Amino acid sequence: MDKLTVVDVTLRDGNHTVRQQFSPDVMGKVAAALEAAGVNMIEVGHGDGSGGSSIHVGRTAAPETELIKAVVSAVKKTRVAIFLIPGFGTMDDLQQAYDLGVTVARVACHCTEADITEQHIQLARKLNMLAVGYLISFGMASVERIVEEAKKMESYGAQYINLADSQGYLVPHQVKEYITTLRQEIKIPVGFHAHNNLGLAIGNSLAAVEAGAAYVDGSLKGFGGGAGNAQTETLVAALKRGGFQTEVDLFRILDAADTLVAELKKYPELAKVSMPTVDNDSIMMGYACVYGGYVLPIKRAAKEYGCDPRELVIRLGKRKVVATQEDVVIEEARRLAGKA
Amino acid sequence: MAKISVAILGSGNIGTDLMYKVRRNDKFELKMVAGIEPDSEGLALARKLGYETCDNGIEGILQKGGIDLVFDATSARAHLAHAPRLKAAGIIAIDLTPAAVGPGVIPVVNIQDRFTETNVNMVSCGAQATVPVVAAINKITPVEYAETVSTLASRSAGPGTRHNIDEFTRTTARSVHDIGGAKKSKSIIVLNPAEPPIIMRNTVYASVNLPVDEKLVRDAVMAVAEKIKAYVPGYKITVEPFLDGDHFTTCIEVTGAGDYLPPYAGNLDIITAAAVNVAERYAESISSERKATNG
Repeated sequence: MDKLTVVDVTLRDGNHTVRQQFSPDVMGKVAAALEAAGVNMIEVGHGDGSGGSSIHVGRTAAPETELIKAVVSAVKKTRVAIFLIPGFGTMDDLQQAYDLGVTVARVACHCTEADITEQHIQLARKLNMLAVGYLISFGMASVERIVEEAKKMESYGAQYINLADSQGYLVPHQVKEYITTLRQEIKIPVGFHAHNNLGLAIGNSLAAVEAGAAYVDGSLKGFGGGAGNAQTETLVAALKRGGFQTEVDLFRILDAADTLVAELKKYPELAKVSMPTVDNDSIMMGYACVYGGYVLPIKRAAKEYGCDPRELVIRLGKRKVVATQEDVVIEEARRLAGKA
Repeated sequence: MAKISVAILGSGNIGTDLMYKVRRNDKFELKMVAGIEPDSEGLALARKLGYETCDNGIEGILQKGGIDLVFDATSARAHLAHAPRLKAAGIIAIDLTPAAVGPGVIPVVNIQDRFTETNVNMVSCGAQATVPVVAAINKITPVEYAETVSTLASRSAGPGTRHNIDEFTRTTARSVHDIGGAKKSKSIIVLNPAEPPIIMRNTVYASVNLPVDEKLVRDAVMAVAEKIKAYVPGYKITVEPFLDGDHFTTCIEVTGAGDYLPPYAGNLDIITAAAVNVAERYAESISSERKATNG
């Protein structure tokens, strides 16, 4: 069996954990530590991807170009990836990232909207980047629908499909079912991105790999939206125990996790950041199928308007909110609090 | 008042919604609905309503002749090809694609200096909903940075919008700056597949210098919303501008008239209603010119 590619997303999804406040310096140091551990691909940027820095979902500590430059200059052979959701990021952002040395474009959309990624996937191919079609919150759609959307991305030129369980909503046998079916239906490889809301990030990742996923996302200390992602260092250890080959060295990836913690301690505002944990709110998010990036806005809004965050989560789940629609949180919180 | 002759180019969601709005407007005579797919739902509806249709797009309209004004509801790429041909034929083009060949028009903000142009661009539904708010705030206090977020029901976004998503993002952001007056701008669009479909929603963030009179800002925004309601009855400020740190946050919901797609598709209404509003001004100016020539 071919070696698995572990894609580390600490410097992108993990930015959610620090409210988008990773500095270029922290990013450079962590990127170097990841390369030293043998990680072949790392994703960088705002938690919501290229073009995400905004009042709406939070501004990054430095311009996107500075973040990319810091990471690109810190590594030699590791491929640097950006995450780009059309509607947030544009082809100009993609071109700019490429010009700065980014070689992987993970073009993402909500799992039912693949046709908005065509222009961007095609541009990535034209630039000779690795073009990845990334389907967000795939558990919100049926297996058949995911196959249909993945086929569209394949037809645009995507070179692998990454399935993201953005709410940490699925359980292992469901992950297996999606990936097994998708692999039968498309010719390109499949990857998986877990969230840990129900404590299943590692279990689901192993299920994905067992079903034939060739790429698996992780992040140091599990940094990532909501309850966080599959913790890269745990993932590496678990994959080894499960008999799966990766390029990543276990001791060195543990060192990389230490590097992340040590770097954060250098900044008073980052040192205060709490590690991703499966708290009550995250369980509710996973259970109600609400995107992990909503944790902080929900907590803020529940506090500000004095309502029960659990009620708020259930309401948002019923509304089937999609990624990055934090404005609805304020609206529902005001409604719950009887102010609107 | 004499009617002017118009045609609709494009038989997708926007073109079909326009057809209903043009139909009940006494300033226009709809001479043709042009599409490229003979079996499209839009063309079938047009035939059912008794309109002449063609399935060869702009060719059909040019062959027909005698048309004063064309609503182009195709795609940015297609409009780039249509624009010079319409101009050569002396036909006014109201462009509903993000092509931005002509200047952008937001009726309540900048129409007074625009209706003599032969090609105007309706920018985007997001711009029609959000730019007036930015412009209203900017009149009270300079907007240093404005950010707009438009969320549309997935079902209301046809293939044109989807394939033009980058143009949508860019032209909306540009108009927030050029027409809204914000020094810097950013626009975000989110397609939401929720069922039942969500009503079109927009959030406008406007960073300003403090201190600022919140009441003046609120009054200005509410006043402009009333003006928009005159042509888009479903335009509603759901969260009145409130100061959050250094910026105002305003939320807007746009419920459609339900002409073609159901009321959730306020994004269709706001751009088609704005286009009809602009076309009415042309109709008035063409009619008065004709009157002057004849009389």
